[in-house]
Formats: sequence, structure tokens, C-alpha cells
Amino acid sequence: MVQMETQILELKNVFKNFKEVKAVDGISFSLKPGEFVALLGPNGAGKTTTVEMIEGIQKPSTGTISIMGLNWDHHEKKLHQLISLSLQETRFIDKLRAWETVQLFASFYGLNRNRVDEVLEIVGLTEKRKSFVENLSGGQRQKLALAIALLHNAPLMLLDEPTTGLDPTARREIWDILMNLKKKKNTSLILTTHYMEEAEYLCDRIIIMDKGKILAQGTLDELLSANNSKEIIEFSTNDIISDQLFCGQDVYKLIRDENTNRTKLIVKSIVDQLPVFLQKVKENRIVLSNLECRKLTLDDLFISMTGKHLGD
Amino acid sequence: MRNYPFIQLILVQIRDFYREPAVLFWSFLFPVLMAWGLGIAFNKKTEVTKTIAVVFEEKQSIEIFEKQIAKANYENKLDSISKTYYYSFIYGNENMGITHFRLKPVSQQEAELMVKRGNSSMIIKLENGKLQYNFDNHNSEAQLSYLQLSSVFSGDALSPSQAEIKPITEKGTRYIDFLIPGLIAMNVMMSTMWGVSYTLIEARTKKLLRRMIATPMKRWEYILSHILARIVLCFVEATIIFSFAYYYFDITIEGSFLAFIVLFISGILAFSGISVLMASRTSKTQVGNGLINLMVMPMMLLSGIYFSYYNFPDIIIPFIQALPLTMLADGIKAIFNESAGFQQVWKYILVLNSLGLVTFILGLRFYKWY
Repeated sequence: MVQMETQILELKNVFKNFKEVKAVDGISFSLKPGEFVALLGPNGAGKTTTVEMIEGIQKPSTGTISIMGLNWDHHEKKLHQLISLSLQETRFIDKLRAWETVQLFASFYGLNRNRVDEVLEIVGLTEKRKSFVENLSGGQRQKLALAIALLHNAPLMLLDEPTTGLDPTARREIWDILMNLKKKKNTSLILTTHYMEEAEYLCDRIIIMDKGKILAQGTLDELLSANNSKEIIEFSTNDIISDQLFCGQDVYKLIRDENTNRTKLIVKSIVDQLPVFLQKVKENRIVLSNLECRKLTLDDLFISMTGKHLGD
Repeated sequence: MRNYPFIQLILVQIRDFYREPAVLFWSFLFPVLMAWGLGIAFNKKTEVTKTIAVVFEEKQSIEIFEKQIAKANYENKLDSISKTYYYSFIYGNENMGITHFRLKPVSQQEAELMVKRGNSSMIIKLENGKLQYNFDNHNSEAQLSYLQLSSVFSGDALSPSQAEIKPITEKGTRYIDFLIPGLIAMNVMMSTMWGVSYTLIEARTKKLLRRMIATPMKRWEYILSHILARIVLCFVEATIIFSFAYYYFDITIEGSFLAFIVLFISGILAFSGISVLMASRTSKTQVGNGLINLMVMPMMLLSGIYFSYYNFPDIIIPFIQALPLTMLADGIKAIFNESAGFQQVWKYILVLNSLGLVTFILGLRFYKWY
């Protein structure tokens, strides 16, 4: 008998309004067991609201959220056992030691001291177990939050910007912990981030969000191949140029970054468009300080979809 | 050993408490210092010294003045610091208490300064060969000095004709006896209001509450753990204040110890309920700060902790008596000093518990968990 593949999580047409603001504007997606999915988007995209609705912290205005067939209206108790999470910013109690903090949360799940030591070991905080929370670095605090999220082996884990503000080494360490978790295949993960490389490295699938809407979703390859007929010509100049100059039939989009003075042309084909481009540069006596031609990356895709950088 | 959430939640409070040196100072050392300071300042005063400013406008008035006060049997003494002389004499005796008077001849300007600075409660002058007392007629201290001085100068101060004076030496009548129960009551209020309200609000501000609520933690256990931890901490605090008062000022509980314990816990419950209600919606610690002060300050001043609330106008006394801190303080005073038991304090116990219960239920009803 073939076992039907059940969804771990399913969102159908979910809206969330705060007074006038549409924080989440009709999104639907689902998550398979063991799948790691990134919610990628700039600040204010609606990532945190989405995650908090899944966590039961906020209620959708309309739409349904189902976690392994259960919902927050009727199965609150069970759902607390099925999901684990770390919030965007949680400050634990300063004067509590690392192990005491984990022990407190362990008690809520009926877990004992052995499990506390185990998760501290997994996140590499064994040596810091006796340190007060106030003396932990930013990275160590995130690891502590992660240790708490790992406590009860929940089938669905939600991490809201787990590496924001961390230095590259600390970020790497968090990634390693999550990669080890992924290998075990028991946990599905939703991770919000505005680091492109984090989404690329950790996740099977990427959902790009902006202004409460899903702009695109799929694996990295899918996202890029859906746009594989697009290539980039990027240049810098100090001369004043009009946008109209380079627009044409096979130029999909022109994006100019005022801060860096860089202009990107998203074109159908570099081979076809580069000569046209260079001809125009020559005719108008534009001095280029930089010229680059390449394939579309996730970063370009994001900017072309939202008009802004992820960190904005 | 099983890891009970309720015990862990209480442990968190207690650890958070004793690991903070500032909290230790304000909770333990400060009340003791306060009791000690106030106890010393207002106690053991069978002998007091009063300085009075005297102004001579002309040289010859010295002679007339000295004649006027001759019956006081004064001595001329030299103040070793200011190198000026003063008239020294005593009023009273061992039974009524002794007052040492120092009449200090100074200029008009100096005399006014002395009054402004509280060095002297009055200025004495000579007017047409007669003594003139200048003082604020709202000041009972000055009125008393006037009465004492005028009787000394007329020579009948130490010949009480109709009455006999017997000092009261019973326990429970000293200022410190009044003060210590009040301080214990006030400590319950301060410790509970700050301890419970502030911790609850802070957990919300830090998003710790959000994180905890996303676990199977039971909400009532969370709130109740704050109250139970507070009962434990308040007992430790009260024990320290009481032990100090017992050893240093010889203060004892004259009435029912059990009634005291029940009343004490009722006080904690009342203030816990108020704290939960105050913390129910507030998500900013600054706002919480203001709210707590708004509740605590008026009670500190009105509830008869440092001085009797009977000094306030009669019309507001019933309102003062309805304040939870007044009830708790009056109850503890009655048990400590008036040998009271359940019979005398059951009303306080009932009202405090009801207040705690109602505010607690309201607080839970409005509680903002996210």
C-alpha cells in the first residue's frame, strides 16, 4: 500500500489586517515532512506575521492554517507539542544560567535534566551552561533559543530570523546545527531570513514575500530557471543618463541603485543585447567605470521582483 | 527527579531575586536601616535639648532679661564651638522627662536664620521690660516650648499642684512600636507590587511571555508562581526586619502569631491581585513604573506608616482606613501592640482576601498574553 504523503503544514488563502494595514495579503503554501523552507523578504514583508499565525500567537483575519490536520481553534494543547520555535527577539532572564533557562522550558514539556544537557551539547553550549544569560554573546543567545526549540523534537520548527545581527562565524555555527537537524529528516522547518545565502544553503524551497504577498516560490533552481531566459548587464557611470536610452524590446527591466550608481539591465540575451548596449554607450559618449555581464542570481531576481534589496 | 513546571517557575523568581545585589539592598538592608534610623531619631528621648534664640536690642536689656528669667536658676555657659555664651537651665524631672534649654543671645538676623533652619522654634525679645515670645502658632513644638518657658520663668514649673506624673513603661507605646508593624506592612506592599507587577510587565516587554505561552505551560501556573514566590520572599524580608527589631528594640508580637501569619499572607494576596490587574495590559516598563508609583505613593503617605493618619482631617479618615495598606498596617499594629487575635482582625483578613481575589480574576480576564 502506498502511504499518502501528508502535509505537515498547509496555509490556505490567509489574510491578516491590522487596522488599515494588510500585513498578510492572501497567502497559501504547504510544507512536506522533513522539508526546509525559507520565507525570504525585506522588513515589513509579512514574514513574522505569517510565522506568528502558524505559531498560534496571532489569529488570521481570514483563511485557514492547518498543522498536521489540526488547527489552533480546536487543538491548542496538541499543537504546542507539535511545533517548536524561536521568536525574532526573545530576551531571556538575565540572572538565570543557560542550563536553568533550558531547564525551565524543559519542565513545560515534562522533560528532565538529561534532555537539557543533550540540547546544550547539540548547540555547543555545554561549556557555557553555567553562564548567566546576560553574559552570553548574541550568537550564544541564539544558540540558547535554538536549544530550547530543539527540546521536544517537534515535527515542525519555526525560526524567525535566527541569524540576524550575528557575525559570519556565529551564523555558520547556527547553520551547521540546522544542517545536522536536516540530516535526521524528522523535522520540517520554516525559517524567515533576509540573507539570501542562508535560504540557499539551508532550504529545499524558497518563498519570496513582499508587502504581504507571495511573489514566487520553488526550489532555487526552479526560481532561477523560470527566469533563465533572463541575463544581466550591469554597469556604473558618473554621467547622467536617461532611463529611456537603454530600454528596448529585449530589455525587460532597468534597475538603478542611486547609492552605488550602478544600473542593471535585465535582458533576454547578453549575446544579442551587449552589442546594442555598447553601440549606445559609444554614440552617447558615456564613460563607463564598470561593466559586468552575468546570469541572473537570486539576489537579482529579488530586486527585480520587489524593487528593493533584502536588507531594506 | 521530575521536573515540575510550577517549581521551576517559582525557582526562576527566587533566583532572579537573590542574584540581584540592588534588590537585596532595597529589600533587606534598606528597611532595616530605615527602622534603625527612625527608631533612633524618635526614641529614647527622656532628655531633649532645645535651643531658643534671644535678641537684645539694647545693652541694658540684658540686665532686665536676666532678672526676668532669674527663677529658672540658669547658668551661664560657653559654647565651645561658637565661643559665645548662653543661658542653660532644665525643665521637668525624671517622671515627666527632662528638657535642657539653651537660650542663645543673637542678633535679629541670626535669630531669623535659626528659626528658618529649625535650630530654634521661637525668638524671645524684650518689649517694654517684658518678655515677648515670637513663634508660629501652628507649630505645636513652639507652643510647648512657650508653655515650658513661661512656667519656668514664673517659678512654678516643678511644683505640680493637682496631679502626679507616672511614666508609662509598657511595651507597644513607643514610636518604634508604631513604626515596625507599619514598616512590615509597607514592605509587603512594595515587595509585592514591584516584584509581581514589574516582573510580569517585563516578561511581556522582553517577549519572554510570548515565548513561554507558545509552550504547553499552564497560564494560571505562570501567574500563581509569581504570587507564591512573593509569599516566600516576603516572609524572608519580614523575618529580617522583625529579627532586627526584636534584638535591637525589643519588639515582640503580643497578640496571636497565627492571626499575624494569616493577615500577612492576606496582605500579599491583596497586593498580588492588584499587581496582576495592573500588569494585565501594560506592555511598557516605563508605563508600569508610573502605574506602580501611582498606587504605592499615596498609600505610603496616607496609611499611617510613619505618622498616625489621625493627623489628617476627619473627613478623609474613613477613606484612608479603606486603603489596603492601612488595613494591613492597622491589623499588624493591633496584633503586635494590642494583643489582638482573629477576633479583632478578621475583617481586615476578609476584605484583603476579597480584594485580592476580585482584582486577580479581573486581571486574568483582561490579561494580554501576546
